[in-house]
Amino acid sequence: MADRLDSEELRENVLRRPVPEVVNGKKQVPYLGVHGYRVQGRKAGPPIPTAADYPANGDKRVGSLPEALEACGIQDGMTLSTHHHFRNGDFVSNMLFDACAKLGRRDLMWFPSASFPCHEPMIAHMQAGVVHHIEGSLNGPLGDYCTDGKMRGLGVLRSHGGRWQAIQDGEVHIDIAVIAAPCADPFGNANGVHGPAACGSLYFALADSLYADRVIVVTDHLVPFPAIPWQIQGNNVDFVVCVDRIGDPSKIVSGTTEITKSPDRLLIAEWVARFVRDAGIMRNGFSFQAGAGGTSLAFAMYLKEMMRQAGVKARFVRGGSTRYLVEMLKEGLTDYILDGQTFDLEGVASMRDNPCHVPTSPFTSYNYHGKGFFGTLVDVVVLGATEVDVNFNANVVTHSDGRLLHGIGGWQNCLFAGCTILAVPALRDRIPVIVDEVTTLTGPGELVDVIVTERGIAINPRRSDLLERVKGSDLPIRDIRDIQREVEQVCGGKPKPPRRGGQVVAVVKWVDGTVLDSVWNVER
Amino acid sequence: MNPVFEAGQRGEKVRSDCWVRLEPRTSGGLELCVTSKVDAMYGDAVRATCRTVLEALGVRDAVVTVEDAGALDFVLAARIEAVVKRAGLGNDTAFLPPPGPGFGTRTTRERFRRSRLYLPGNEPKHFLNASQHKPDAIILDLEDSVAPPAKDAARLLVRNALRVVDFGQCERMVRINQGERGLADLDAVVPQNVHVILIPKVESAEQVQAVDARAEKVRLAAGLESPCFLMPIIESALGCFNALAIATASPNIVALTIGLEDYTADLGAQRTPEGRESFWARQVVVNAARAAGVTPIDTVFSDFSDMEGLRQSVLEAKALGFEGKGCIHPRQVPVVHEAFAPSSEEVEKAKRIVLAFQDAERRGLGVVALGSKMVDPPVVKRALRTVLMAEALALLPKDWQSLTEMSSTSGRAH
Repeated sequence: MADRLDSEELRENVLRRPVPEVVNGKKQVPYLGVHGYRVQGRKAGPPIPTAADYPANGDKRVGSLPEALEACGIQDGMTLSTHHHFRNGDFVSNMLFDACAKLGRRDLMWFPSASFPCHEPMIAHMQAGVVHHIEGSLNGPLGDYCTDGKMRGLGVLRSHGGRWQAIQDGEVHIDIAVIAAPCADPFGNANGVHGPAACGSLYFALADSLYADRVIVVTDHLVPFPAIPWQIQGNNVDFVVCVDRIGDPSKIVSGTTEITKSPDRLLIAEWVARFVRDAGIMRNGFSFQAGAGGTSLAFAMYLKEMMRQAGVKARFVRGGSTRYLVEMLKEGLTDYILDGQTFDLEGVASMRDNPCHVPTSPFTSYNYHGKGFFGTLVDVVVLGATEVDVNFNANVVTHSDGRLLHGIGGWQNCLFAGCTILAVPALRDRIPVIVDEVTTLTGPGELVDVIVTERGIAINPRRSDLLERVKGSDLPIRDIRDIQREVEQVCGGKPKPPRRGGQVVAVVKWVDGTVLDSVWNVER
Repeated sequence: MNPVFEAGQRGEKVRSDCWVRLEPRTSGGLELCVTSKVDAMYGDAVRATCRTVLEALGVRDAVVTVEDAGALDFVLAARIEAVVKRAGLGNDTAFLPPPGPGFGTRTTRERFRRSRLYLPGNEPKHFLNASQHKPDAIILDLEDSVAPPAKDAARLLVRNALRVVDFGQCERMVRINQGERGLADLDAVVPQNVHVILIPKVESAEQVQAVDARAEKVRLAAGLESPCFLMPIIESALGCFNALAIATASPNIVALTIGLEDYTADLGAQRTPEGRESFWARQVVVNAARAAGVTPIDTVFSDFSDMEGLRQSVLEAKALGFEGKGCIHPRQVPVVHEAFAPSSEEVEKAKRIVLAFQDAERRGLGVVALGSKMVDPPVVKRALRTVLMAEALALLPKDWQSLTEMSSTSGRAH
């Protein structure tokens, strides 16, 4: 626990959240407000390579991952990145750190774009000292490990856009990026739309391919040059490694994504769709984002029907794509799907075959340190949350008991849409979702416009325009405190706050790299 | 080894419920061991509730283990009471949680009963949000959806739910068990302001009268003013033949309904989507109900993924004369309401009849006429109901009469 921070080194940010001044040895800027921070300087960059140092025949294959790592000059303490486009079916991250362990490397930092329960073996690597700490989403067993205060460094939770920002700004320097590719050629061009492990887009790895010192592509489906489309360009790739299997297709994409059967969630989804319609957001040329969660899918289903009835067509829909969005594209209810990740086989096929189903990177969609990002152009976005407070601040990373539960994903970046709707149940079993103060602040309330629960819809008072627009509709618009009071009455009073320990175990970054909040250890 | 007793539910998928294990002993006091999914937020509250209930029930010496999966207090109390009763312990009293905000609601004989949502009586997770889906009624079911070994526990759970859960504007119904067990159900639930008792598998007027007598007795003993209404369910060939006697068995009957799963099984027929095998039975129920002056209500539609099938089924029911449908999933409710809603033609016609009726009343005429045509009283009554429903569904503004009169006075001036 040598590199633990003492609470004396904490400082309150503008939202009065105590945050560490130094994280994993790096000086931090405390959160300064949604648009409060202006970074100075130039972007980071990898060393300049020379083509003469690479095979003229374009064949960058080496025999194995350990060989490739050694050829990349792997050393103790380096930062290694992988990506989550295989979700819970990823083999490559575990393969990578098993190889590092065999090579005797220590104190590595794992920098995934997200982690999943399949990455539980990382705990053994951390205990053995192979991995020092993880900067990326922490949930399931890894979340517990971190929440219990067992990780040596601090967890750093970033949004997808924030991860691009951190790489681009040089906050995180990737020594070696390892990109799992469902389809690649010997030169290193790679895509996610062909091959047995097809997942759609590889763009979560795009920043790594541009900014890492060294880049390894790992594939189980090698094709002769050129691998088209080249979502990852071989010109950025050092080595190509062929293995038997890079992932479990059944866990990468599901054959069928299913709409929730929960009556309460369906009710919430229907109200969200009606809100979007009645507030006048659903109009010709509009855009919306809906993810692959059961409630989001149901929202898309209801909205689709309303669009049909009203004869309204969207300009673009922002995915997480699924067959439900693909049906809308085919039916002409939207001109484009701008897709961040693909959740089922129909989505993958559509991205491969339909030029209007476009894979997008966190750079185009989400990066706050860019010359704009299209997340701000989306008219309405529907998101989840674990908790919302009466000032509309929201939490997605921890459970009400304080334990790490989810990564941020694109959630923070989506808050910049024209209208941000959180679709959440008012209570989960006995746990109220609307609270006095969120356990972990992940999204500032000034960006959260509407909360839709099965007990009513609360509109942020800052959005008097929305309140005005749904006046006279038969939607159950209520004060957020009314819903809170009602649910607390049902649950038997206010929930007790988590039994927080005195130790910061992780931080939540804002989209600009400043520190929004701390996650604390929790006493069992 | 002492005998042990259990109640409630446990396992990965269990939510909003708990499992209680009780081991009686002769000395050593009360030992309580609680694990809870909501320990951090409500662990202390859960422990306090468990202790309060055990002490109130007079349990002095026992080892009690509770595995809580987010159960609310009324659920914890019902499960503990169930295990205490199973163990034959305690002072034989009931632990009644304090009544919640929705406890005192009333009903009327005439209210809409288009949709009634079945809630399995031993599944507390479905109770809390049931009224958010706005069915006309909720039914806490003690009969077919509760497995025989859980009947005693479900009865206590439903009793507590009726006290505590806010069912909003929904009519509060309970489907009791058959026979003696059903009569004993009444002792537990009737004092908790049940609006309507559903009586299953009714084949004779005597069955209804037995329930009615017991319910009345319990109601009066509890000092409740409003009558406990009844809705017999006909589910057999014999029930069909006695339908009129059943429908007229008690003045407390407000509706008559039919259960087609059991009915088709009784016939030895397959239940088909077209429903030809039950056509006669449904007509019998409609006719018996109308003859008795109570509301005819159709069976449930059991494929909750087939919303179009449901819509067709409701339209058919409406065409046969039914005014309500059973729902097994909350999402069926809006579809049922929509399909039962009067069409715009129906509303227009009803408006004209109602205006003519009021006109006749104003002028002291005994006969209602629309143009040159006489309108019979039952038609007027139906038109009034159609208009009422249209108003309730916002198909018709509440002030439609003044609007209509303004636009039509000139036309009627001759």
